[in-house]
Amino acid sequence: MSDPVLLEMQQLEAAIPKMMEIARQFKLDFYPMRFEICPGEIIYTFGAYGMPTRYTHWSFGKSYHRMKTQYDYNLSRIYEMVINSDPCYAFLLEGNTIIQNKMVAAHVLAHCDFFKNNAYFSHTNPQDIIETMAVAAARFRQYEMVHGQQKVESFIDAVMSIQEHIDPHQSIRKRELQHDKSGCCNKKDNSPYDDLWKLDQSGHGCQCQGQCPSKQGKHPPQPEKDLLLFILENAKGLEEWQHDVISTLRDEMFYFWPQMRTKIMNEGWATYWHLRIMREMDLSEVESIEFAKMHAGVILPSRSSINPYFLGLKMFEDIEKRWDNEFGEGAGKEKIYEIREIDNDVSFLRNYLTKELVEDLDLYLYRKVGHDWKVVEKNWEKVRDHLVNSMTNAGFPVILAEDGDYGRRGELYLRHVFEDKELNIKYLEKTLVHVFSLWNRPVHLETKIDNKVALFSFDGEKGSRKFV
Amino acid sequence: MNYNFVITREDWSLHRKGEVDQHRHKEKVREAIKQNLADIVSEESIILSDGRRVVKVPIRSLEQYRFSYDSRKQKHAGQGDGKSKVGDVLGSDPQQAPGKGPGAGEEPGQDYYEADVTIDEIEQIVFEDLSLPNLEEKKNKKLASETVEFRDVRKYGIQSNVDRKRTILEVLKRNALNGNPGIHGITPEDLRYKTWEIVPKFESSAVVLAMMDTSGSMGPFEKYIARSFFFWMVRFLRTKYENVEIVFLAHHTEAKEVTEEEFFTKGESGGTRCSSVYQLALDLINTRYPKDDYNIYAFHFSDGDNLTSDNEKCIRLIDQLLVKCSLVGYGEIEGPYYYTSTLNSFYKRITHSRFVSVSIRDKNGVYPALKSFFKNSDQKGGVSS
Repeated sequence: MSDPVLLEMQQLEAAIPKMMEIARQFKLDFYPMRFEICPGEIIYTFGAYGMPTRYTHWSFGKSYHRMKTQYDYNLSRIYEMVINSDPCYAFLLEGNTIIQNKMVAAHVLAHCDFFKNNAYFSHTNPQDIIETMAVAAARFRQYEMVHGQQKVESFIDAVMSIQEHIDPHQSIRKRELQHDKSGCCNKKDNSPYDDLWKLDQSGHGCQCQGQCPSKQGKHPPQPEKDLLLFILENAKGLEEWQHDVISTLRDEMFYFWPQMRTKIMNEGWATYWHLRIMREMDLSEVESIEFAKMHAGVILPSRSSINPYFLGLKMFEDIEKRWDNEFGEGAGKEKIYEIREIDNDVSFLRNYLTKELVEDLDLYLYRKVGHDWKVVEKNWEKVRDHLVNSMTNAGFPVILAEDGDYGRRGELYLRHVFEDKELNIKYLEKTLVHVFSLWNRPVHLETKIDNKVALFSFDGEKGSRKFV
Repeated sequence: MNYNFVITREDWSLHRKGEVDQHRHKEKVREAIKQNLADIVSEESIILSDGRRVVKVPIRSLEQYRFSYDSRKQKHAGQGDGKSKVGDVLGSDPQQAPGKGPGAGEEPGQDYYEADVTIDEIEQIVFEDLSLPNLEEKKNKKLASETVEFRDVRKYGIQSNVDRKRTILEVLKRNALNGNPGIHGITPEDLRYKTWEIVPKFESSAVVLAMMDTSGSMGPFEKYIARSFFFWMVRFLRTKYENVEIVFLAHHTEAKEVTEEEFFTKGESGGTRCSSVYQLALDLINTRYPKDDYNIYAFHFSDGDNLTSDNEKCIRLIDQLLVKCSLVGYGEIEGPYYYTSTLNSFYKRITHSRFVSVSIRDKNGVYPALKSFFKNSDQKGGVSS
């Protein structure tokens, strides 16, 4: 290693324990840390994949290419990349200055605290996740060799198109079902290898030959939100490896889901703390200025979108101030620790985005009117409600599987739970084609267009739509 | 306190994951281009690229579809500088392009994915199926010149052609094998000579006689079709010949030579007499572009609405052109009106193997037209699309 690089590593090796000490004094609680300094391509690879050990897919290549191009053209930089895992892996960009990396390290410590303590992350298996994904990636490579890259790739394309349609509350539901019925499907994962043993078994993973009470069956008493699960359990003609792909991608989504639901809180939390940690470090004047510039860049507000770093930071600071004022010094800090444990973005915004904040920060809603993008709403409640709504279900439309035997012909009937936002028609028609390739029989989707109920279908050859 | 942390810096130089998938993505882009060649060949960003190497090509098949909201109909949240009011305009977008608004990055919806490809990459794909027909005729000795190329190294030759470097290498080899390394004692067996071969070099010049009907009925769309066609035609010929010239001949009832700019933009009015431009082409060949020195490719674009009395003369002139040219082609751009007897139907009488006539209805017709013009010589000619 060359001298300046070695010097930088030594500086970091000295700075990081100091920051960790400061963080601990602030009562932050994180997993053991693993920092890795690596070149841009690597960080952008991980950024595109979400995880260093994820399986191979061309879409990641597309994201990687786009991120790297933007980085090469100096349009944007990923500063930090941290993984919800135990030990917690954090990646520092090789070209960063020492101050930048110090700030990233501080920021990342707070992220790790968030991952460890926020309730929504409790089932994400941080100790095994990296290994699990690596093992899955290896299995996928094996499938590619046996069945051909094209076939596997197209199948993954199809599964990814509905990947986000899982039911994050499944653990609650399963417990309810298991409560009244005794029987085989009560088996919980007893060892970390249970999911491997299950691969040998078809369908639901138990021996009851499909008589499991917890399996919903083709005519679910309650429409099933977890489309991937529904397809796993009811689709005909899926091969063993296809089962595995669906199952793995579904597990992946469960892992990423909490991150998608707590973006504003998490970034706000990390920004709040990197500020305070860096303030406690003995920075020289030059370093302080550089840090201030970096921080300003990170929280820069945007006219066309909400900057989660900025909004989250302001909200935490506002909460701390208000609680300190009302309940005395120190109450604010206590409150924000509590929030970081129990809230997600929806509850965070609903409870703590106040009228004053909306007005102080000048938040608004805009839309396209004719040829112009215009501000259309400044009423604080409307702005807040819109933000809360857009985060429900992590911003994805809710699609339910209502019937797996529609028309008594084994067709799949999906229904979009329409509230006030219409679906993109072109996309949904193409997605139905993907769903068909998973279900292997005609598929239908009911939704509302222009206030009329519409039924879109795909029968394997062409799509159709009709208004009901 | 003992803090459990580690900082490492591994050697990532062999880490190819991103690169590998990016390669796969590039492959997919390539496949997508191949499947959509008809669209891409006439894509404006390429034809009007003015020589830029990298162009953005919209590829509609690489989108990742999912059930998602129609973002164009929705509201979005943003943050202002403190003084925003209802009715403030954030940005304006007169072209109705989907999703363009203030600022880049997290914008509501781009409907398609744009791939960055170099024109060379597209060329490769487009030209895969094209070939230069009638190549046998070019082996005519008169058209080929001979050149001398030093390609070979032998053990015998003229003293003045000794390849010193190779000779010394042989000496070193031999001495090392004998256990006596070093440069000493050059024997005759070590000598190496550079030798030449006589290589026939085929003619290196081509000229494209681009002829276009610029009467009133040829509007901007028709001109664009012609432009797309000539764009690829010239590029293709440039891969086969060292030197490609283009001559632009525009005509209505009379023909004249024009600049490229005028060829593609100026419109005239008035009637159409196609024979005028064929005559002009012949004249140019006789004066400026002798057949012995140039490979001539003549292509005429029109909407087919020729003066009926002129048609016979056109055929006669085309026959004359066919004597001199490697390829003569006629492209008819079908307009919205259906003409009962267009030039195209007339030209069906010409059965010469070096004559191709095509009919193009829309942008997607350009690529098939290119293919039939530059087809392999064992296929039939005269295709309409």
